[in-house]
Amino acid sequence: MADLSVKIHDLLLKNPVMLASGTCGYAEEINEFYDVSQLGGIFLKGITPRNRDGNLYPRMAETPSGMLNAVGLQNKGIDYFIQNIYPRIKNYETPLIINVNGSTVEEYIEVTEKVNELDNIPAIELNISCPNVKEGGMAFGVSCPGAEAVTRAVRSAYNKTLIVKLSPNVTDVSEIAKAVEGQGADGVSLVNTFVGMAIDAETRKPLLSTVTGGLSGPAIKPIALRMVWQVAQAVKIPVIGMGGIMNAADAIEFLLAGASAVQVGTALFKDPFIPLNIVEGIDNYLLRHQMSSVSELIGGLQL
Amino acid sequence: MGKKSVADFIITENIPLNKDNYLIRLKSPESLPPIKPGQFVNIDIKNSSEIFLRRPFSVFETDYKNNSISIIVKVLGRGSKKLTEVKAGEVLSLVYPLGKHFTYPSPGDKVLAVGGGSGLAPMLFLARESGLPAENMDIIIGARSATDHIDASAYNKYGNIYFTTEDGTLGTRGLVTHHPLFGELANYDKIYACGPEGMMKAVAREAKKTGVFCEVSLENLMACGFGVCLCCIEPTVNGNLCVCTEGPVFNINDLKWQI
Repeated sequence: MADLSVKIHDLLLKNPVMLASGTCGYAEEINEFYDVSQLGGIFLKGITPRNRDGNLYPRMAETPSGMLNAVGLQNKGIDYFIQNIYPRIKNYETPLIINVNGSTVEEYIEVTEKVNELDNIPAIELNISCPNVKEGGMAFGVSCPGAEAVTRAVRSAYNKTLIVKLSPNVTDVSEIAKAVEGQGADGVSLVNTFVGMAIDAETRKPLLSTVTGGLSGPAIKPIALRMVWQVAQAVKIPVIGMGGIMNAADAIEFLLAGASAVQVGTALFKDPFIPLNIVEGIDNYLLRHQMSSVSELIGGLQL
Repeated sequence: MGKKSVADFIITENIPLNKDNYLIRLKSPESLPPIKPGQFVNIDIKNSSEIFLRRPFSVFETDYKNNSISIIVKVLGRGSKKLTEVKAGEVLSLVYPLGKHFTYPSPGDKVLAVGGGSGLAPMLFLARESGLPAENMDIIIGARSATDHIDASAYNKYGNIYFTTEDGTLGTRGLVTHHPLFGELANYDKIYACGPEGMMKAVAREAKKTGVFCEVSLENLMACGFGVCLCCIEPTVNGNLCVCTEGPVFNINDLKWQI
């Protein structure tokens, strides 16, 4: 077996295949299918300071090669997580990363400070790119001053690995990436979902209660790949790539474009075993290409 | 860990039941885990850009000797349409077993099970599994017209089967709740319903009036089927819950239905 380990700042991953926030619950749901210690890491469902009910049903619409969602960060809040969920999952032998959310900078800090106390959470993913909430979320991630303000504040409250999750709903994502790098981010992950919508022509009504939602799945892969490539050239910190990854070839494309690791998201809804197949597929690829380490692939695009 | 699986099932039969319902029987490559009435499977209807997500189907019958299950598929949209075109020998990937099952009746209970359309599948499954004598189990099956009905005569030994049709071509004319048995609901210990939402709400309304225990099976749109996407939520007295993991079976007292 080739060396599949990669490093994201202080975070050592046994392989570069991680699960994307919002698509794998709090890891227990995936652990009902297989032992999650086989994964590179898990980005847990986004957490806010207090309980959020999320948006009204319907929150999902199937679209060609993908889907729209408008969940709206339904979660029970950081205190509930710490008291009820964290004790059950903290000994999983894979890095568990908390996706931090808030409506204001103060709320982001409130969650971050509580997460900072959790010994078995080695990193956070600062979510400044959720398209489905009215306040906060993507509002911070679509301008350099907004992204800088949250990153700066959270950086000062957190001393472990800080990853910032970027929105693709911007003119130039590499500018936002450079802005958060300048404020001390240890890595960036991209892309979150693209704002989209779907209409039922017969009823003339939107398919989502919120009218618009976030598009994910293979439909977005070429755009996500392009954005990861652009960002990887613009920043020095590690990039975690995601967007429509369904198989090992997709994951390898993101690594070649410059991602140090990938997140698998919507693919889990089709088959929760896909990430394990990807780990195996990357290993086979390295053997076939006589490479001994996955690090040889990162940024290996031949121009 | 290991409670849920993803497995490639082989289609052994695809039998048209009437103009838009099909019985599909599938054989598991592995030993079948226990599956109970109300639980479902999530089926990948092959790679097609238009049908990206799996489609959930309530289990109709289990056959542990042959590691096989069956489902009833009603053509509703592009996914179910495509699924009804499968042929014996083809392979389909299933995520299973998913969801919570109906509460089993207690010995001696008098039960009314109400099924509409393909919603009769879990009702007949429950009748067979309930362990109750047939005289304690009344089953009402509703449809638009006689030609929409599915032959359930094989289940006569598990309960007394009654029909309703909106046009009066079979059984009592009208909706399921127009059946005379709904005039005697206080005789029952448990009422179960599965079918279109309007039908289940009508049953729930009558059950609530008499205060009889009542469970319904919801079919909200789902993406994952195992509790991670949070798309199929239903507002309940305990907040927004995933129909796929906290349901699909709910007690009507836990739902926030305006009935």
